[in-house]
Amino acid sequence: MSSPTNGNAFKKNGRIVIIGASLAGLRGAEALRNEGFSGHLTIIGDEPHEPYDRPPLSKQVQKGWVKADHTKLPRMRKVDAEWRLGVAATGLDRASGVVRLANGDEVAGDALLIATGVRARPWPNPEEAKLEGVYTLRTCEDAARLQAALAARPRRVLVIGAGFIGSEVASVCRELGLEVTVAERAAAPLAGALGNVIGAIAAEMQRDAGVDLRTGVGVTKLEGDAKRHVRHARLSDGTMLDVDVVLASLGSIRNVEWLEGAGLAAGFWGVACDAGCRAFDLHGLVTNHIFVAGDVARSPHVLFEYQFLSLEQWANAVLGAEIAAHNMVCAETERRPYLPLPENWSGQFSRNIKTIGVPSFGDELVFTQGSPKERRFAAAYGRRGRIIGAVTFDYGKWLQYYGAQIERSGPFPPPAAGFDVPADARVVPAEFPARGATTAAPDVVLTGHEPNERQAEFRPRTEPRQKRAA
Amino acid sequence: MTPDQAFAEAMKFDNRPNPYPFFDELRKTGPVARMSNGVYVVVGYREVVALTHDPRISADLRKRPNRPQPAPMKGGDELDPEAQLLAEYGKDPSMIVQDPPDHDRMRRTAMRHFGPPHSPELIPSMEAECRRVVNDMLDKAKGKKRIDVVDDYAYPLPVTVICRIMGVPLKDEPQFHAWIADAMAGAELGPDAATEEGKRRKEKGAASIVAATKYMIGLVESAAKNPTDGMISKLVHDDGPDGRMSPSEIVSNCWLIFIAGHDSTVNLISHSVLTFLRNSGSFDLLRRRPELIPRAIEEVLRLESSVNFWPTWTALADIEIDGTTIPKGSPIFFMYGAANRDPKQFCDPNKFDLEREEKESLGWGSGIHVCFGGALARLEVNTALEVFLRRVENPRLVVDPPPYRRNAVFRGPLHVLIDIDGIRD
Repeated sequence: MSSPTNGNAFKKNGRIVIIGASLAGLRGAEALRNEGFSGHLTIIGDEPHEPYDRPPLSKQVQKGWVKADHTKLPRMRKVDAEWRLGVAATGLDRASGVVRLANGDEVAGDALLIATGVRARPWPNPEEAKLEGVYTLRTCEDAARLQAALAARPRRVLVIGAGFIGSEVASVCRELGLEVTVAERAAAPLAGALGNVIGAIAAEMQRDAGVDLRTGVGVTKLEGDAKRHVRHARLSDGTMLDVDVVLASLGSIRNVEWLEGAGLAAGFWGVACDAGCRAFDLHGLVTNHIFVAGDVARSPHVLFEYQFLSLEQWANAVLGAEIAAHNMVCAETERRPYLPLPENWSGQFSRNIKTIGVPSFGDELVFTQGSPKERRFAAAYGRRGRIIGAVTFDYGKWLQYYGAQIERSGPFPPPAAGFDVPADARVVPAEFPARGATTAAPDVVLTGHEPNERQAEFRPRTEPRQKRAA
Repeated sequence: MTPDQAFAEAMKFDNRPNPYPFFDELRKTGPVARMSNGVYVVVGYREVVALTHDPRISADLRKRPNRPQPAPMKGGDELDPEAQLLAEYGKDPSMIVQDPPDHDRMRRTAMRHFGPPHSPELIPSMEAECRRVVNDMLDKAKGKKRIDVVDDYAYPLPVTVICRIMGVPLKDEPQFHAWIADAMAGAELGPDAATEEGKRRKEKGAASIVAATKYMIGLVESAAKNPTDGMISKLVHDDGPDGRMSPSEIVSNCWLIFIAGHDSTVNLISHSVLTFLRNSGSFDLLRRRPELIPRAIEEVLRLESSVNFWPTWTALADIEIDGTTIPKGSPIFFMYGAANRDPKQFCDPNKFDLEREEKESLGWGSGIHVCFGGALARLEVNTALEVFLRRVENPRLVVDPPPYRRNAVFRGPLHVLIDIDGIRD
């Protein structure tokens, strides 16, 4: 067996297994070949499809412009890999580097890249979630089903949760001329990502477009008809709605269950890794041959007080996978840190929304350019006198100005623009909602009495406590 | 060489065919060179990108301190109604020399009649016309052994298309062609401007600008009475969400779009043919593999930028860049043509390289003022080159370097003579 510590032989004849066949898995594979890895490459994906792009699924696909199965990712080069698609990884034995698959097969690797991503958080009541007409949106099948349901002209669509996905789908509904209600527990749409000040602008956008936006409410019950098709929804304020389609857009769950027992620092927070994409074991010690990239990865970032960040972002999947691939095959002295400047975008209600940095890491906000009233503006987020994020609505061309300042740890508020300064350019609280209770507790404990005998151990998994209905 | 000397040499007409060694001289003093007149000349790629995204830098000359007020545009006597008309129409500069929010409003308004999401079909619908025009020109050249790529090939296509899009009568071409040529020749920045000849060119240019403005006012007023499906008319009658542009904004922006909409395209087509013929093998390679044409266009635009630099920028605050502080009020020139050959960004920067990995040049500009008509220009140039490569047999450059036009900003050859064996069907 060639080991990654045995540089050239590994690069030539080693075996690498990539678990996850979406954006990060594919770009990781391509990067490995670009790095000169000529050994055996296996790519395992639980979905039966070749890697496809997800951002269009909530936008162009729902509008009917692009079919749900027509978003295949472009290939940047040949990867010459053994593809194991449609079969999930179910376990990992760290000592032997063996990945167990759902069909009983085993695939051994000298080095592994974990890129299993996230899945949509389902509607928490399993019986209600099974009703016809209740959807989540993550995969191309999800997208095809939702698109067909919207194309059938439902009387009313209910979107539960006004994050980016929920808001984008609500926007499409209005473009299609469909009645849509959005129920959001926070005070405003996008509040978790951007805070209530920007959220209030997003709320106006929704209402002006004809969305029936209800904030500060949850959905307590979904009811079906005799054919088990959803027909009614009850809100926490007692209102009943007649609905034919429900989209539960409640965020995501990280795909880490298959790592149970593997001894890695994997849990609801993702798979923790160092800034070089190397996974931590459950003690927080760094491993040598297991790497993590994409939505499931969680790594410390120097710009954000070394806190561990998960970035569910397109560019993070690409760039993280490239660094992971490099570090998998390079000499130790050549390793590179993965220190992204996070970037994200959304299209909704005829606006292009972009962020840079981590707005939710901030607590203050200042509008820096444009007009919040016209919903065309740039705003910067600050924390402790430094700029740590920015958001633009139809002002994306200015984003890199803020990016450069975030990289340099520039002051907050940033230097004033020379023109187009908003009427009210005061620093205000960004008003992020208080962090909610986590939906699962990390079942990890310390054992041993003497300090040098201390060990970490996962408790046996229990079903996560039922979360109250969103 | 001091920055002043290097800049002056780069501006000299004699050096128009190859200003690049002097850009390299400027680069020796760093990515941002200060000239003794207080102008900051930016030649570094990263620095141009950073500064074109900096909202403390204005494109609007009216914000430059101590700038002599330009004389009001004169059409004759002060009491002359024509003079009043010109003064009225001349008061709002075009979007290329304005900042947000006015720049953004004008650009949005103009784009409604040019591209997506409101007019997604306009540019693609021009493809057949482009193909017809370039094929006609080659049909006319049949039997000839020598052609001028500029006059016989590069010029007629974009001018026909932009006239069609805007609703400018093509029959007026001899007239506006002369005005534009004079206006361009009269806009000089280097030592040539101070010569007697230069002063005469400047006067002639100013007179042409007046004539051209009157002409555009005529088109605008005619469209107000008799709407057409051209862009001038659409702007005159626009009732979009931002409201209508003012009459003087319509005139200045229509001139901008009209000139930028063909002049720089002519330069790009001419420079493309010139570059392919200078680099042996590339003409045949591109004929064999026309799918490489889009890459080739981007690479030519990097090497021979149609807008070689832009001088209207002003720092509205003290701005630190690469260890230099550009003081508030300083004029800034973004030297796109120099930045496009910055060795820190482009390996072997003077080489025409179709395999280049770093493809993103500043040939289309950068930031909010990035080329308004890029999609149309790409379609026109791509069509022109594809047909040229397929039909022109064994083209050879007659003179290299070819004679250049005077203007240093909109830099391009006056003629590119080639000998050919024939024109294929």
